[in-house]
Order: sequence, then structure tokens, then C-alpha cells
Amino acid sequence: MPADMSARLGQAELPNLVLAAAGCAGAGRELAQFVDVARVGALISKSIMAEAHTGNPAPRLAETPSGMLNSVGLQGPGVDAFLQRDLPWLLSRGARVVVSIAGQTIREYAGLAARLSDTAGVTAIEVNLSCPNAEDAGQLFALDPQQAGSVIAAVRGSTRYDIPVFAKLSPDVTDIVAVASACVAAGTDGLSLINTLLGMAIDPATMRPVLAGKYGGLSGPAIRPVAVRCVWQVRAAFPGVPIIGAGGVRTGRDALELLLAGASMIAVGTEIIHDPSACSRVLKELEEELAAIGADRAADVVGQAHGRFPAAWPGPPR
Amino acid sequence: MPVQIRGTVLTVRRVDAYHALTLVAPAIATRFRPGQFITIAVGGPESSMLGRRAFAVHDVRPDHGGTVEFVFEARGPGTRWLAGLRARDTLDTVGPLGRPFPIPRDPSSCLLLGVGYGSAPLFALAARLRERGCSADYLLGAQSADRVFGALTARRNGRSAAVATTDGSFGARGPVTGLMEQIIREARTDVIYACAPVPVLREVTAIAGRYDIPVQASVDVPMACGTGVCMGCVLPVTGTDGITRIVRSCVDGPVFRGDLIRWDDMGTIPFDALGAPGWNPARSPESRYAG
Repeated sequence: MPADMSARLGQAELPNLVLAAAGCAGAGRELAQFVDVARVGALISKSIMAEAHTGNPAPRLAETPSGMLNSVGLQGPGVDAFLQRDLPWLLSRGARVVVSIAGQTIREYAGLAARLSDTAGVTAIEVNLSCPNAEDAGQLFALDPQQAGSVIAAVRGSTRYDIPVFAKLSPDVTDIVAVASACVAAGTDGLSLINTLLGMAIDPATMRPVLAGKYGGLSGPAIRPVAVRCVWQVRAAFPGVPIIGAGGVRTGRDALELLLAGASMIAVGTEIIHDPSACSRVLKELEEELAAIGADRAADVVGQAHGRFPAAWPGPPR
Repeated sequence: MPVQIRGTVLTVRRVDAYHALTLVAPAIATRFRPGQFITIAVGGPESSMLGRRAFAVHDVRPDHGGTVEFVFEARGPGTRWLAGLRARDTLDTVGPLGRPFPIPRDPSSCLLLGVGYGSAPLFALAARLRERGCSADYLLGAQSADRVFGALTARRNGRSAAVATTDGSFGARGPVTGLMEQIIREARTDVIYACAPVPVLREVTAIAGRYDIPVQASVDVPMACGTGVCMGCVLPVTGTDGITRIVRSCVDGPVFRGDLIRWDDMGTIPFDALGAPGWNPARSPESRYAG
């Protein structure tokens, strides 16, 4: 019998725990050409801002070994266009939508949360904290536990009680548990781990940075071990806080690794760029992985890696 | 509507400085319209190369249920891997993608301009144009003779075919744009279809503008997904409403009206683009973003 893949996200029962990560599913229409969006656990939107945003100039992407650097710069239509056009379309297709929000001030985050709370059909809010704080010399909110906590407190305070708030954290910190702790104290309902790592590529032919924005966020399988470590540490510190695990998930085996580390949901990101039907494929592969280890429910393996080692551990397959 | 399939390699053959790869891909062949492209995942299932490689479709044929051919230059790890494939290998292929070339409603005199292997999509276009009673004059260019793609086909199928190479090893010496005005006058060109590097497209658009001839330009900007999710292949394009937007080449193009591309602002965010820093939405009647 196939394992029960369902997951609970606040009030919503998700048919499965494989989500499309923020910024990797477009507005949903792009993805819908290749997968049934109603069968994706939930779609996390591109980070929505208060106003339309052009993002950064091209080149915005650089391929690196098993990774991708991007400095797209949150290009998007703004919350009005999102609510008028993208969200209704996704809901009409039966998708569950987690709305990722981004702002440059704490007020902007809170305002977005309030707007979304007035809207039907928002399953959860994911707070993208990897944004420059206009009131703190452009320092990213996610890098400072206190600032991150302030954003979460403001968002939680402006969000309808029945919409869960997830804080998306950056791994580019010395102590991710400290940031997670501040967010939990501020009332976050869950955590999304992890955002991209800041990286850079230089083209020897031109002797200049490849990206117009110079630095970019590194994603893809190259960062998966970092994601596993972050999920593990946060799970160890806050075993009761649900975690959306993301970072380089390419296969069902990768998804299982994050579940074992303590994530209760998985978001597939960069792999969607490589394989547009990745969400449905990873789900199928994860079902097979769970069947192979005899698990009845995906929820049963969450955090299992924190247990003691089995006596006769054969080592990972090669 | 594009599809994702596992295409089977029929042949990989060398064509002068390039390679042509033919895939059995019936679902893509039947949906294809000239100007569209496909993307391919390179390096096999454990590949460290995450970006899909995008290729304009050169030709589709009905044999084996439907085949798709594309032309490429093996110059990076991904394309070198493709060049090393053999018959019966399979490829994760998505297509057809992007907006095709618009076809004139009435019989028109069309100039088809291609530089390097960029000329590959022009031949399927010419076949489609002929069905509409349009004539095709070819103007092909490249660095050298071995980098001119399809000159023989152009000669056989076109009303006329001119070639220009930088080193003068084939046809006239100099850039393709050097021959453009003469052809426009002699052929009484009504519309230009161009597939070339950005600086050439910009020049082509400028010359065509002097003769008031519309240009359909297929831009070649690097893509990673081809489906519109990654937002990598953007360029500033003015809409018919006069508003500049940062649009994705893969879904809003790759074919654009040449006069609507902000050639001088490629690789920048123009200050007047919708959503640019300092752009004031309060002055605009409503949110008119169409990206």
C-alpha cells in the first residue's frame, strides 16, 4: 500500500508534502503546463512585494557545479496584480497557495500580511526575510535575530489568526538556531529552511563578475548538505515547530533526507528549472523510498535521524 | 502547449563548424511552428549542469512519427556532451516553446537574415512563408565560410541568396548588414525576419527603420529553464501601450518586433521601465504589468 503522503499546514490538509518553492514556480501558469498544480502539495508564490518590481539587470543567472547562482532581484507584479490575476487563477485550478512576501521595511511586511488576510484562499504566508532592510543600511533582515523577530512579530500581528506564518531563513548566519529562536519567540507558526547562500562567479574570459548584480543566491544540489544541517539543528532545538525543508532537493531520496533531518514538508526549487515536472516526480520517488523502508506515513519518518544509530548500519549505498 | 518527453537520438552529424542533432519527438514535431525552440537537459541523470540548453528548431520531419532537428556549436561542457551522443541515446526534451514567427496575411516579399547557426530556424520559416505565397530572399553571414549555415539550401529554396563573411572566405567581405540595403531595394522587401547576435539585430532594426520595414527579431539570450520560471532571460521591451517592461525572452519571445526592443538598454533596467527603482505607480492609472 502506498504511504500516506498528506501533511497539515495550519488549517489546511495538503494532499502531499511536496511543495513548489518560492520563485521557482513562476506565477503557477508556467508550471501548470507540465504538472497538475492541484496535485502539488502547495505552491509557494514568488515573493510578492507591495509594488511592481523590475528586479535586477541581466545577466541574472550563472550555472555552477550542481548549482545555480541567481540575482533576479524579486522581479514581480506587486501585490495588487498578484491578487487580481495570479492568485485567482491558481485557486481556480484547485491549487493551495502559500504566499511568499518580501518588504524593505517592517511596515511593508505587515501591510502585505494584512492585505493577504483580507483575501480568501491564502493557505499560509511565508516571510522571505532575505531582503535588505531600508532602515538598517540594507542589512538583510534574516541575518539579525532581532530584526528577523521584529518582522515576524509584525507579520503575525497583522495576519488573520487562521493563516499560519512561516519564516524563511537564510543559512548565511553563524547560528541559524539563534535566528530561528527569535522567530519562534515572535510567534512564527513554522520555519522554511533554507534560502539561498550568497555566492559569486567571475568569468575568466571577461575578467568580470558573471552576474550583473555581482553576487547571487546559490541554490541547487550543491547546497543540500547545508540545508540538511540547518534543518537538523533547528529541529533539534525546536522539535515542535513544523519545518518546510528546501535546498537542493532533486530526487525522492533527497526529500527523504530532509524529512529524516526534521522537515515535515519539502519544497522543490531549482530542480523545477532543470525539470519542469520535478514536483510530481519527486513525490513519486519519495513514495517509492518510503515503500522501500516500509513506512506507512511520511509523517512517521520526520526527524527520525535524531534517533540512535541502528545497530548494524550498512553504510550508504554507493 | 509544450510537452516534456524523452526524445530518442536518431543522428548527430557534423555540419561544417557545427553539429546537427535529430531527435525522434513526435509530440513536439506536430505542435511546432517556425521560430519556436526546445530545451534539453544535458549531462545525464546525475548531471552537475542544472540549466537546460535551449535550441531553435531547425527542421521537423514526418518520418519515425515525427522528428525534430536542431543545430548547435560544441563550445561548452553541455554542447560538447550533446555532440558526443549516439543514435538511440535518449534526451529529456521540452518543447515547442516560445512565440513563433508571425506570418504575413498576404503574399509579401520577405528577407530572411541569419548569422552563424542562427540561420537554422529560417528554413522552416521559409517553407511556411511559401505556403502563404510569400517570397524569401536569404541573407546569411558568419565569421568565415565554415560558419555559414545552410547556404546551399538557401540557394536552392530562396528567390535569392546572398552571403557575407567577415574574412571574405565566402560571399562578400564584411558584415551582413552591409548587403542589406541593396537587397531591400532590389527585392522590395516588405518584412525582415532576423536571427543573429544582439548587436547585429540592433543594426538590422536600425536599417529597416530607415525603410519603414518591420523586423521580426529572434533574440539569442542565455536561458536556464525555457519555461518562464527562472526569470533569467530578461530584456527591456516596449509594449504596444508604450510602457517598457522587463520581459522574459523564453515566454514573451524569442521573436519580438525589432522596433519594440530597447536595444540600447539591453543588460540594464531602464529608469522608465514598469517597476523600476523610482518608478511611481501612483502616476499610472492602474497596475498595467503584463509580465
